[in-house]
Amino acid sequence: MGSILLFLGGLAVIGTWWLSRQGLASKPWLEQGAEGALPEEAPAPPYRVGLLILLAVIGSLFALFISAYAMRMQLPDWRNLPVPRILWLNTTMLALSSLALHGAKRAAERGEMPELRAYLLAAGISALAFLSGQLLAWRQLSGDGYALAANPANAFFYILTGLHGLHLLGGLVALGRTTDKAWRETTTERLRLSVELCATYWHFLFLVWLVFLSVLTGWAGGFVDICRQWLT
Amino acid sequence: MVDVPLGPAGAVAPSDLDDVELYHPHSWVTKYVFSQDAKVIAIQYAFVALSVGLIALVLSWLMRLQLGFPGVFAFIDASAYYQFITMHGMMMVVYVLTALFLGGFGNYLIPLMIGARDMVFPYVNMLSFWVYFLAVLVLVASFFAPGGPTGAGWTLYPPQAILSGTPGGQDWGIILMLSSLIIFIIGFTMGGLNYVVTVLQARARGMTLMRMPLTVWGIFTASFMALLAFPALFVGAVMMLFDRIFGTSFFVPAIVEMGQPLDRNGGSPLLFQHLFWFFGHPEVYIVALPAFGIVSDLISTHARRNIFGYRMMVWALLAIGALSFVVWAHHMYVSGMNPYFGFFFATTTLIIAVPTAIKVYNWILTLWRGNIHLTLPMLFALAFIVTFVNGGLTGLFLGNVVVDVPLSDTMFVVAHFHMVMGVAPILVIFGAIYHWYPKVTGRMLNETLGRIHFWVTFLGAYAIFFPMHYLGLMGIPRRYHDIGDMAFVPPSAHTLNAFITIVALVVGATQLLFVFNLFWSLRHGRLAGGNPWHATTLEWQTPETPPPHGNWGKTVPTVYRWAYDYSVPGADQDFLPQNQPGITSVVPGASHG
Repeated sequence: MGSILLFLGGLAVIGTWWLSRQGLASKPWLEQGAEGALPEEAPAPPYRVGLLILLAVIGSLFALFISAYAMRMQLPDWRNLPVPRILWLNTTMLALSSLALHGAKRAAERGEMPELRAYLLAAGISALAFLSGQLLAWRQLSGDGYALAANPANAFFYILTGLHGLHLLGGLVALGRTTDKAWRETTTERLRLSVELCATYWHFLFLVWLVFLSVLTGWAGGFVDICRQWLT
Repeated sequence: MVDVPLGPAGAVAPSDLDDVELYHPHSWVTKYVFSQDAKVIAIQYAFVALSVGLIALVLSWLMRLQLGFPGVFAFIDASAYYQFITMHGMMMVVYVLTALFLGGFGNYLIPLMIGARDMVFPYVNMLSFWVYFLAVLVLVASFFAPGGPTGAGWTLYPPQAILSGTPGGQDWGIILMLSSLIIFIIGFTMGGLNYVVTVLQARARGMTLMRMPLTVWGIFTASFMALLAFPALFVGAVMMLFDRIFGTSFFVPAIVEMGQPLDRNGGSPLLFQHLFWFFGHPEVYIVALPAFGIVSDLISTHARRNIFGYRMMVWALLAIGALSFVVWAHHMYVSGMNPYFGFFFATTTLIIAVPTAIKVYNWILTLWRGNIHLTLPMLFALAFIVTFVNGGLTGLFLGNVVVDVPLSDTMFVVAHFHMVMGVAPILVIFGAIYHWYPKVTGRMLNETLGRIHFWVTFLGAYAIFFPMHYLGLMGIPRRYHDIGDMAFVPPSAHTLNAFITIVALVVGATQLLFVFNLFWSLRHGRLAGGNPWHATTLEWQTPETPPPHGNWGKTVPTVYRWAYDYSVPGADQDFLPQNQPGITSVVPGASHG
């Protein structure tokens, strides 16, 4: 359970830092007046806060899967499966998608609509390419005899990549709506937040993918060992 | 989808909008069925959760009939008994308590108590209820599926949960249970995001975090915990579903089933236990923290006294929330884990007693020299404190490895967690319903029926669960369909079991009286007025009762003080609403009816 505890520990640090700025040591029974104990800041858009919390939830989901992976792989029947080479191409695609959305965010800030549209399209296409590549990797592995139920390593691979893909698919729905809006609007002002949120979500999924890849390829083995030692 | 107007900074929270700009339903269906109003969604959640609660209550009756009078009721065979146990447990913990506290009270109280017009994502909020409803349908469907519901026990431990010896293991039962849990978690995530972001972003002017009523603090902290803890159950459920449907070996070791070796090997049942309890223990506090918050408000209001140690109460809530993530393995002392491991978890478990005890002291010190009104909400709140302390003390027994090992899997455990997680939170739910029903409906619940309900429930719960501790100390195992004639079981144990069953039937029937009261008082209850308890918090200061869509009419309230200004010296009334600027001005809420 090392990964999830590490993840929650990180969240706890962020939470404590945030709470320390909320006047939790104030004495509300002594204070009166509409201003309260703290100056009113302009509130962040709820959608941005909502996305950050959603990312914490998804992060905890994947951290738990990695914890389960680390615990299950200690048992003797575990046989690592080969990493299909297409995964490197897929990784590049997802990186490009993430980069394109970063570009889209910058374009939206600068107010350049044609550039924004191009970036959004590029991001969508490369994300679809990533997903298709993942499906090809599945086909390749199952063709080579690495069936889902044959070994827990295979099962984890299919579940993790599948779940990651589903999250990206959910993101593509949001990206699709944003792209659609980009063709109906004339200025980027009303798109700025949506594009920013898509970009954040994409960077996050790219990061999750890199973590998966390091786990699947065994690069994270050293790290997993540390987690394991914590609990045994 | 609700049209949220976009400003230069992006979306604007509904609370910041004028009334006219808020999404308004246009038909009966969008107003009462697919409603985006948090208050309607709250009532929908509460109604469904209470209905599930009634089913679970009947299941507990059936179990008790078997335990009290073994062999008398032929239709309760071993399989049926295990199915009743499993469904009773899972329904009560997840589909009743969690849904009622967060979906029900959370939806109703968060926007009203923080001075918002609605949740920040009303559409997602509506979706959250309907996904929850779907989860309930899938769960209940398993009663009608071939083979019936799963009988794996509410903890669903593999490998037995998915093997043919367990009811529903090789039929639809376990598949429907796991699918229902997955759906529930997706629905809860939508709701939970709403509760948390609404508290963070949609508070009225002047409502700093430290001015929020403890009810909101409790629900807020619990929602956050639930968002982070439920994924563990999600992961466990997905993996078990793969084991059951696709034949993977996450949890199933090499095993012989009905004389036949299965085509599995190497799986780790312990892995599931870790995942389950990583969710399961925070879940206790996901239910308890809203109860703590609500009870604080009930006590303060009905004792006409400011809450003692408000800051400490908030810190304790946060500390309990954080600590509850590092105690999970105290449910696994007998799983064969490293003893040093057990020592660590025993320590963290006992440390939780510190913030919890702080809360109990503060409740008692709030009551000390207070002007205690023994209203129904107050009675239930007092009953909660006693019951929670009782259940908490047996928790100290079970938290210690050496004491837990002999008591594990006995009726002592059943008695402990029913006291602390069953009876205690449900007493708060009742207290809260008696307290807020006047705001929801505009009428008071019938007092006489309420008092009968209280005394029978409170005393009855003790008559049921107190003797159960003795059964456990005697070594009577839990989860046995029929304990039969063992040498160590004296005849008195059977008499005690019969007694418990009779009391359980009576207490259960009294709950029907409560349900009758809920419906009867809708029409015949005494008119309540806007603020019948003379409470300070914002929900009692709405211009209309019950509050309409948008809650506040033309202007959102401004908050000038904390939530506990009761009996302030120099004030002309014994309470100062949060939206009242000075201490002697006209009280806005008192005149509304």
